[in-house]
Amino acid sequence: MTDSALSPAIALALILTAPLFGALAAMVTGRRGAGIALATMTATGIGIVTLLVIIAGDGDFTLAIGGWEPPLGIQLRADGLAAGFITTTALVMGAILAVAGKPFGAGATERRGAYTFWPLALLLWGALNAIFLSGDLFNLYVGLELLTLVAVALVGIEGKRETLAAALRYMMFALMGSLLYLLGAALLYAAHGTLDIALLAARVGNAPGDIVAAAAITAGLAAKTALFPFHSWLPPAHSGAPAPASAMLSGLVPKASFYILLRFWFEAAPDIAGTGVLTLLGGLGALAMIYGSLLALHQNRLKLIIAYSTVAQLGYLFFVFPLAGGTSAAQPWAAGAWSGAVFHALSHAMAKASMFLCAGLIIEAIGHDRLPGMKGIVRAMPMTVFAFALAAITLMGLPPSGGFTAKYLMMTASFAAGQPFWALMLIVAGLLAAAYLYRPLALAFALPDADAPVPGAVSRARQAAPLVLALAAILLGILSAGPFAFIRIGRPGAAVEGLE
Amino acid sequence: MIAPSASLLYGLCGAVLIGLGLYGFVAHRRLIRRVLAFNVIGSGIFLLFGASAYRDPAAGADPVPQAMIITGIVVALAATALALALIVAHARLAQSGALPEDETHEDGSEDAP
Repeated sequence: MTDSALSPAIALALILTAPLFGALAAMVTGRRGAGIALATMTATGIGIVTLLVIIAGDGDFTLAIGGWEPPLGIQLRADGLAAGFITTTALVMGAILAVAGKPFGAGATERRGAYTFWPLALLLWGALNAIFLSGDLFNLYVGLELLTLVAVALVGIEGKRETLAAALRYMMFALMGSLLYLLGAALLYAAHGTLDIALLAARVGNAPGDIVAAAAITAGLAAKTALFPFHSWLPPAHSGAPAPASAMLSGLVPKASFYILLRFWFEAAPDIAGTGVLTLLGGLGALAMIYGSLLALHQNRLKLIIAYSTVAQLGYLFFVFPLAGGTSAAQPWAAGAWSGAVFHALSHAMAKASMFLCAGLIIEAIGHDRLPGMKGIVRAMPMTVFAFALAAITLMGLPPSGGFTAKYLMMTASFAAGQPFWALMLIVAGLLAAAYLYRPLALAFALPDADAPVPGAVSRARQAAPLVLALAAILLGILSAGPFAFIRIGRPGAAVEGLE
Repeated sequence: MIAPSASLLYGLCGAVLIGLGLYGFVAHRRLIRRVLAFNVIGSGIFLLFGASAYRDPAAGADPVPQAMIITGIVVALAATALALALIVAHARLAQSGALPEDETHEDGSEDAP
């Protein structure tokens, strides 16, 4: 084997195993897990850079583990989409781990969270990478389960009554979701003798069994992505966790199940989609968007606003199904809609994680996250408020952010497809996001009350982490051409150009 | 014709278990019962999956579903363990075996769904 044949395997091995080994090591070292996290970050980073270079140079590739080809063996696949998600995840994890050093690091007070945070965070990262690189539905199931169990544990990490209830509520939805997904996978295997996505694509048709399987898989994943009406677990779970955990839960975890939905509907079973099903998915997304935004307007705690905003933002990821699936798949606008959804997923991951980290720093400074307490916080922590505002720009979809590119692509596609309803929904979504994010921002810039307690100090280095993330989300919009071409590497039907 | 009908019987049993479990999961408010229902559904899916392995009598049973079922059982075990640990921790603090929103129906004896 030459070097060029070996390096893809090494890159994938680093990306997959470094976080898992890191998690094991962090389990042993307890509160000194920050050092382990840094080492993991370095190893995974090397793997990711190698992967990006390989994919940008030679295109996508697959790797049959141990030389066993599917359907018997397990195949890993790395294409532009996978690499895009992996890179974003690494950026987000980097910022989160940088901020988490203080509350969970060596100097932290003695409590359970300090011991369990590092292994859980690294395990979560490993599960995400495994999902993004998996090429078959059963591997995806195992990755999804690992991710869910870790996410549930992170929700309940503080061990308080409300957070334990939130974790249990999340777990009930997630358990049902996993069972439905597993049932769908079992039915597909029974009918076609394989769960490899590439092999399934040629075999799945419109048989009744396939339709039941697709419905079960979609419902299961929708429950895990908190699509309306399965969203009720999300706000208490995401707002109750400690801020670094919330950032992971809100920015990254729902993206994994959405990623599987993308893979399933656009790659494993592209022919099964009828217009009705796709419109239903998009319609539920629209309802989630309106419902989540309206509830975000009513909240008086910063973390709850951000959590309800996640319900809304996840909703319009689902507009991709009516715009790019089914009969639309062969149309010229499909690629634009698909890229728009991926852009939205990536920029939301960075912006939302940044927002939760900002909220965590504000809580550290003023001791709580009730909105009136934020009055005038800009004087004490300008960097954090600036980062929050930049993240808000991405969530509202204002230019030049990544969120704007995403909305622009999806809106162009919806007009080209003759379905202007989705474009209207995107505009409403942007306006509502502006409305619910205006309240915390307006308070942050207001004059503080004369008798307000002085906010505690937060170091500039830690304030920089969410700022870097928010800037990355903006840069995704300014420098969108590179990522735009990159995520399409290896996409089936990529030859069809999207509308620019 | 004995073999196909046997696998059909297993498959139908699996479907019945899934249905029973689904009913239990939706109808019960106590968390431990819902975790039990989760395990009943899981067993049903595994039975269905296992039965589907015997599609071609000439070739014998397909071993791949068996490998997947074992993995699935491990996953379900881990999920059950975590769920039970959370339920115990929650019950200690809240003095209740149900989620807060379900507590009006939590009075020792479970009422009709």
